[in-house]
Amino acid sequence: MAVPPPDSIGATALKSTEERESVVIRFCGDSGDGMQVAGMQFTAESALAGNDFSTLPDFPAEIRAPTGTLAGVSGFQLNFSSREVFTPGDDLDVLVAMNPAALKSNLADLQAGGILIVDQEQFNEQNLTKAGYKASPLADASLAAYQLFKVDITKLTAATLRDSNLPARTVNRCKNFFALGLVSWLFHRPIGSTEQWLEQRFKKTPELAQANMRVLRAGYNFGDTTEIFAHSYEIKPARITPGTYRNITGNTALALGLVVAARQAGRPLFLGCYPITPASDVLHELATFKNFGVYAFQAEDEIAGVGAALGAAFGGAIGVTTTSGPGMCLKAETVNLAISVELPLVICDIQRGGPSTGLPTKTEQADLLMAMYGRNSDSPIPILAPTTPADCFDMAIEAVRLATKYMTPVILLSDGYLANGAEPWLIPKVADLPPVDVEFRTDPEGFFPYLRDPHTLSRPWVIPGTPNMEHRIGGLEKEHITGNVSYAPANHEQMVRVRASKIAGIAADIPPTEVHGPPDGDLVVVGWGSTYGSIAAAVLDAQRRGQSVAHVHLRHLNPLPRDLGDILKSFKQVLVPEMNMGQLIKILRAEYLVDAVGINKIQGLPFKVSELTQRINRMLRMLEA
Amino acid sequence: MSTAVATNKLTRKDFITDQDVRWCPGCGDYAILAQVQKVMPELGVARENIVFISGIGCSSRFPYYMNTYGFHSIHGRAPAIASGLKITRPELSIWVVTGDGDGLSIGGNHLIHLLRRNIDVNVLLFNNRIYGLTKGQYSPTSEMGKVTKSTPAGSADFPFSPLTVALGAQATFMARTIDVEAKHLQDMIKRAYAHKGTSFVEILQNCNIFNDGAFADLSDRDSKADHQLVLEHGKPMIFGKDRNKGIRLRDQKLEVVTIGETISEGDLLVHDEQNAMLAFLLAHMGPPQFPTPIGVLRAVERQLYEEIVAEQINKAQQRGIGDLDELLHRGDTWVVR
Repeated sequence: MAVPPPDSIGATALKSTEERESVVIRFCGDSGDGMQVAGMQFTAESALAGNDFSTLPDFPAEIRAPTGTLAGVSGFQLNFSSREVFTPGDDLDVLVAMNPAALKSNLADLQAGGILIVDQEQFNEQNLTKAGYKASPLADASLAAYQLFKVDITKLTAATLRDSNLPARTVNRCKNFFALGLVSWLFHRPIGSTEQWLEQRFKKTPELAQANMRVLRAGYNFGDTTEIFAHSYEIKPARITPGTYRNITGNTALALGLVVAARQAGRPLFLGCYPITPASDVLHELATFKNFGVYAFQAEDEIAGVGAALGAAFGGAIGVTTTSGPGMCLKAETVNLAISVELPLVICDIQRGGPSTGLPTKTEQADLLMAMYGRNSDSPIPILAPTTPADCFDMAIEAVRLATKYMTPVILLSDGYLANGAEPWLIPKVADLPPVDVEFRTDPEGFFPYLRDPHTLSRPWVIPGTPNMEHRIGGLEKEHITGNVSYAPANHEQMVRVRASKIAGIAADIPPTEVHGPPDGDLVVVGWGSTYGSIAAAVLDAQRRGQSVAHVHLRHLNPLPRDLGDILKSFKQVLVPEMNMGQLIKILRAEYLVDAVGINKIQGLPFKVSELTQRINRMLRMLEA
Repeated sequence: MSTAVATNKLTRKDFITDQDVRWCPGCGDYAILAQVQKVMPELGVARENIVFISGIGCSSRFPYYMNTYGFHSIHGRAPAIASGLKITRPELSIWVVTGDGDGLSIGGNHLIHLLRRNIDVNVLLFNNRIYGLTKGQYSPTSEMGKVTKSTPAGSADFPFSPLTVALGAQATFMARTIDVEAKHLQDMIKRAYAHKGTSFVEILQNCNIFNDGAFADLSDRDSKADHQLVLEHGKPMIFGKDRNKGIRLRDQKLEVVTIGETISEGDLLVHDEQNAMLAFLLAHMGPPQFPTPIGVLRAVERQLYEEIVAEQINKAQQRGIGDLDELLHRGDTWVVR
């Protein structure tokens, strides 16, 4: 079947075009259906169309769950807009469901009147039974609330490739590109980038590149020529700061930030870690950066990962470990050793649902109190939390800066939502990035291992190989200044206090709190981590409605910014949304004695903007009453 | 192995710190410390390039008494810390000091993976077959039935032999020596240093408080000749006060034989440090049927983990040192005007 290039077809002009400000679309199907690829290519097309966007993949924890089952459904959500985008979106405008299981587990998110595209043939008895449907939802009125488009995706894909000599199984695997082609037409996306991607991806098997391209165009043309679709939609480009952009996930941004920070510091980067979802991609990324002198050490376990990183730091490298909650539990003792020996170390916890193994592929932000207090004794540690996928880049650099300047381990709390979510990133020039100054002491004159810098309270970093400065460090309590083992009562209290003062003093070295909105008023919404997008969108909406609401998003969680207490007290109410049972709120109440109120969601899913809007409205109504 | 050579001639005194040594009087650790301090100057490594890393336990206090760089870390984790340091700083001479509890119980996992990777670190495992610092519980090398504070009815645990563990973990160098055998101990330390790869040295060490005399047969002047089998590469396995006993392999089994009319030296097993089967037999050999072999059981070459990693990095960098701006622009980019 010869297919003319899409741009040569004029049929679109005969159909009506409707302008939309933004669209939320989700591709979902079996985990083998290629929904992640379809979603990512649709994202690339949208980026080239000039839209702002935010994405979120949602995949099962099982690598290959049985086909057609609810457990095996994989999805990819994209919010693209002609305005600034903060989140992957609440309710769906468009749902593409490749089988009954995908429909069943995703339909609740599709808003009434939304576009629902299904692969008709997959709604056979076998698949319906696997998904738990007693009757086909396509045959009754259960989908009446939506604009249902029953498309023979499987059959049309096979027809397109009838003459290709490819095995049926291979042909079947091309159907995601039919769906992609169809929605690309529906939203006026250029498909050139996808074609280029296919050529690159299947460089060694051009017949597969050709097959997928033909199916992609067939899908596009299907939308254009058949009468099934009466409208298509246009989303104008967003007003975006000029510059060069790329799409970036939190884990990639984190890896890049670490590489840049180590280079800024002039030291090799050493990652010691053990594979764990959702952190493993950082290891995968860093393992490819050998030309940057990066050591990516896959250790025998979580403890060895952080131990090796600490050993590397002892030798003068930028030591980093990456993990998720269960790994954090295992690393606690080594983190405390780093606190005691006062060596720099960056611990990245890509949080996921817990306790225990919990929800490996789902997000949660419930490790804050563990990061704060999850070690024996008084063991203060700086804690940072990036707010968006791209912010992981900046916070990685900040973590290395604080670790090396203050000779301390630093915990960076990302989460599964940031790790796998993506957004456009205005690529910075390396020359414009903040410096990371690292100096080793080499002068033996007057040297003592625990003689501190009077300003930072840091001890000097003296690495093995430095002549005449041989010294011993360890986890036993040390004598102030000399670092000799000491169990003296007064010395211990002094050392506990000085370690605490050192970390508390970092508050003078971090930016003041940014208040988005009025400096005082009825309500301030305080968040941390990946809730940024939902809160920012909800607060912006509230401000547009004229409500007196501000947003504070904390990137430094320990120590907290010095002005935070006064800011919180400038508002009549404080709302703290968290994807946990209420952890930051405990800290804020304890630190500032503010009567903060929590809104907590613990479903492995981010907040919807609407959920926050409802709560904001309710709190403001209570204030009026 | 370290390449940086000491510029000034160092002596044993240069390796003694100003810290009071706090092991119990009579502890075997004193003898080991003395020999290590004595051997260090002979290695020709600049003092600043030597690092002692330990975990937790009596033996792990060792770094505090060595005037080198030192890291007294946490229980069992010294091999992990040493790995990170050695991979990034291969020019350093790194020594892990551990014990039977630290190295084989809580830190067993790290030890076997260090050996398997063959990172060029020297491990000195002080085996006193008891927990000393926690005051006398049985250890993973304590004999079965051992009565201790935690096993009043006798231990039900079958013990490890450290050398069989090391061999199972693909160690490229493994040796055994005894705290009071000063000369032999020195030789083993030198051999461990000279070996390229992870060197594993089990040092039988007497805890005179909680397990006194655990190795008395091997260390007492009167009995030791009949209980030690001193291994030497290329030499027949002979032992005994009268040098008339030997080890023979017959029907794929070891046996103790007496050299005399029917058996000559030529019938005895000849030690070969490269023979894996011999290493297996010797690692499992011991009382009551057999003498305890001491010396280098196994020394073979295998490429170092850190060398392979360095080669990979060099190779990648030969194609071009990474450019950060280029890195940040990787993948699909688009320009907004």
